Amino acid sequence: MLHIVNKSPYQTRSLESCLRMALPGHAVLLIEDGIYAATTGSPMQASLGQALAQQVKLYALKPDLEARGMDSRVLPDVTLVDYSGFVDLVSEHPTANSWL
Amino acid sequence: MKKFMFVNRKAPYGTIYALESLEVVLITATLDQDVSLVFMDDGVYEIVKGQQTKGIGIKNFSPSYRALDGYDVEKLYVDQASLTERGLSVSDLLVPVEVLETAQMAELMSQQDVILSF
Repeated sequence: MLHIVNKSPYQTRSLESCLRMALPGHAVLLIEDGIYAATTGSPMQASLGQALAQQVKLYALKPDLEARGMDSRVLPDVTLVDYSGFVDLVSEHPTANSWL
Repeated sequence: MKKFMFVNRKAPYGTIYALESLEVVLITATLDQDVSLVFMDDGVYEIVKGQQTKGIGIKNFSPSYRALDGYDVEKLYVDQASLTERGLSVSDLLVPVEVLETAQMAELMSQQDVILSF
C-alpha cells in the first residue's frame, strides 16, 4: 500500500495515524505541506526512524521540498521523487490511501 | 465485488468531510460493493450519541449511521486508541461497532481494494 500525507505534522496528526497503520512493505509519500515532517528537527523524526526500521519506505516529493526551501534540510533515508516518480509509486502499489 | 473502506478522521460539523463521506458510502453501497467504515482520530466524534444540531442550523446527520444497516453496510470499525484518547467508550456511540487495536486495524486496512479517506 502507498500512504500519501499532505499536511504538516504541526497542523494535523495525519502522519502519526498513517504510521500507526503502515505495515512492512508499505510506502509513505510526503507531499505538499507533508514534507515538513521529513526535515531536520521535525517532531516526527523518531517515528519515521521506527517506520524505516519496520521496512516501511519513505519518500518525499522533491518539487514540494524545493518550493518551500526545505530541500537542503531533508532527513537522510528519505528518498526524493519527482512527479514521474510519484506516478511510478502509485502504479507499483495496488492501493493508495490519501490521509487528508 | 471490491472491498471499499471509508476512513473517517474528521469531527462532524466543523468541516463537510463527515457528511460527504456518508453520502459516498451510501452511493457505494447501492452499487453492491463490500463496504466497511472506519472511525479514527476525530472521526469517532461522528458517531457519538446525543448530537443536537438545532442551535447551529445544520442538519443532524448522525441518525443516518443507524440506517446504514438497511443498505447492507454492517462493517463499522472504531480505532481503540482514538476512543481512549478522547475519554470515550463504546457505550457513548450511537451505533453498534467493532473496536479494533492498532495491529488489527492496520491488517484490515491492508486487505482492501480501495481506500477512501475523509
